[in-house]
Amino acid sequence: MLDTRDILETIQMIRQENLDIRTITMGISLFDCVSDDADRLCDKIYDKITKTAEHLVETGCDIEKKYGIPIVNKRISVTPVSLVGGNLSPNGFLKVAHALQRAADTTGVNFIGGYSALVHKGMTVGDRNLISVIPEALAETELVCSSVNVATTKAGINMDAIRLMGSTIRRAAELTADRNSIGCAKLVVFANVPEDNPFMAGAFHGVGEPDTVINVGVSGPGVVSSAIKRAGDCDLSALADIIKKTAFKITRVGQLVASEAADRLGVPFGIIDLSLAPTPAVGDSVAHILEEMGLETCGAHGTTACLAMLNDAVKKGGVMASSHVGGLSGAFIPVSEDAGMIAAVEKGVLTMEKLEAMTAVCSVGLDMIVIPGDTTEEVICGIIADEISIGVANTKTTAVRVIPAIGKEIGEELDFGGLLGHAPVMALKTQSPAKFIHRGGRIPAPIHSLKN
Amino acid sequence: MKAVITVTGKDSVGIIAKVATACAEYDANIVDISQSVLQDYFAMIMLADIDRLSIDFSLFVDKLSELGKAQGLEIHTMHEDIFNTMHHI
Repeated sequence: MLDTRDILETIQMIRQENLDIRTITMGISLFDCVSDDADRLCDKIYDKITKTAEHLVETGCDIEKKYGIPIVNKRISVTPVSLVGGNLSPNGFLKVAHALQRAADTTGVNFIGGYSALVHKGMTVGDRNLISVIPEALAETELVCSSVNVATTKAGINMDAIRLMGSTIRRAAELTADRNSIGCAKLVVFANVPEDNPFMAGAFHGVGEPDTVINVGVSGPGVVSSAIKRAGDCDLSALADIIKKTAFKITRVGQLVASEAADRLGVPFGIIDLSLAPTPAVGDSVAHILEEMGLETCGAHGTTACLAMLNDAVKKGGVMASSHVGGLSGAFIPVSEDAGMIAAVEKGVLTMEKLEAMTAVCSVGLDMIVIPGDTTEEVICGIIADEISIGVANTKTTAVRVIPAIGKEIGEELDFGGLLGHAPVMALKTQSPAKFIHRGGRIPAPIHSLKN
Repeated sequence: MKAVITVTGKDSVGIIAKVATACAEYDANIVDISQSVLQDYFAMIMLADIDRLSIDFSLFVDKLSELGKAQGLEIHTMHEDIFNTMHHI
């Protein structure tokens, strides 16, 4: 029987604490589109996506209405394009980006991910050709997202790929300099990338996935933050319990929406991604959760410990609420997309070094960080190498999404608008890691990868 | 299956009657009402059986929401499953 208090709690979560389903992402395999001709491949890709995801957006809106909970994004992820376009020229790969954009327009989704390559151990000709046009693809399209996996714990770190990504990120920023270097906000460099992540910009449809799948990403930093506030001065064991219970409730809603979407669309349910995904809106910040836990400002000493506990409690609470958990699953700490993170950077408390430490204990990595426009390729490569090493050594996913703000210096700001938010340009060490980066080759896999 | 209808806003004569009339019009059978008025603020949670609803549920959600707007009230209609899923294992 329904209890009035339960009803009011749910309604409060949705209306006052910004509880929402962050994304329903349909994964679509493109392997059956393979063709030796670029135009033919593009036609097949467009036809498959528009047919498979024809009802995705309307189904999402319908479920949103039925349960009275916002489903913020409806998205599509596809097989990494370098795998289906193996023999294409750079120009051919660029055509595929436009085909994906057209398919996104037709289906009405917010983003389409999978303009990707998996190069953790080495690069094929197709991988190289795709990566060579990523900057153009991101500049010429609006909704296409790109990711490149440059390392795994099993394979080690492909430093040649990291070097290539340093220049790719710079070029993506330069080509979109007139639009706040937006190209870089749609490009992620990964270590240990998950194949079923529903969140952008890193979503793609992995090679071990079925033909089509529904993955759902939940959210709810505001709900967790409010629950901690209500708990008052309890000790950390009690706090961990409160976070777990809240994460359980949030995830149950995600599971409900995912099962219903999968049923209605006749597509298998894949996973729920248990992530606390912030938005720039007031009351939807992961940094504010950490501050509610007892920090004066996010970035202060103690931040990593708070985040580690939060991340662990979210997973423990969420995992029982869903039949399958996957993706990134953890707290996100994107700077520009989180009002509390932005404020902490502006105060000078949250620095690049602290963010890097935080990524060792939560999901993803250095995310949506604006860096000076004159940052060299080698320094960007150094940032990537450091972050990727954390992922490889700790057998976890890490990623880098940095945005060189062309023509801007420390203290100035980039404003992307919408869910991507705004962020001040952050200070970096400018000493050169060039010799290390130019050595090239692979950093061998860590000893603990040898588990067999 | 049931719908949870929440109505909030400034108190006035006939709020329950208007919501109940709309429910009757679309064959939603009211099974429970919990209502309170704090000073001038009206709050109601209504539980309605929607098994025999004569229109699509999402249309029913819109109709009640429109009624709310016309009366200066907030009316939200949600399927009971979201509450059951969140609060019961």
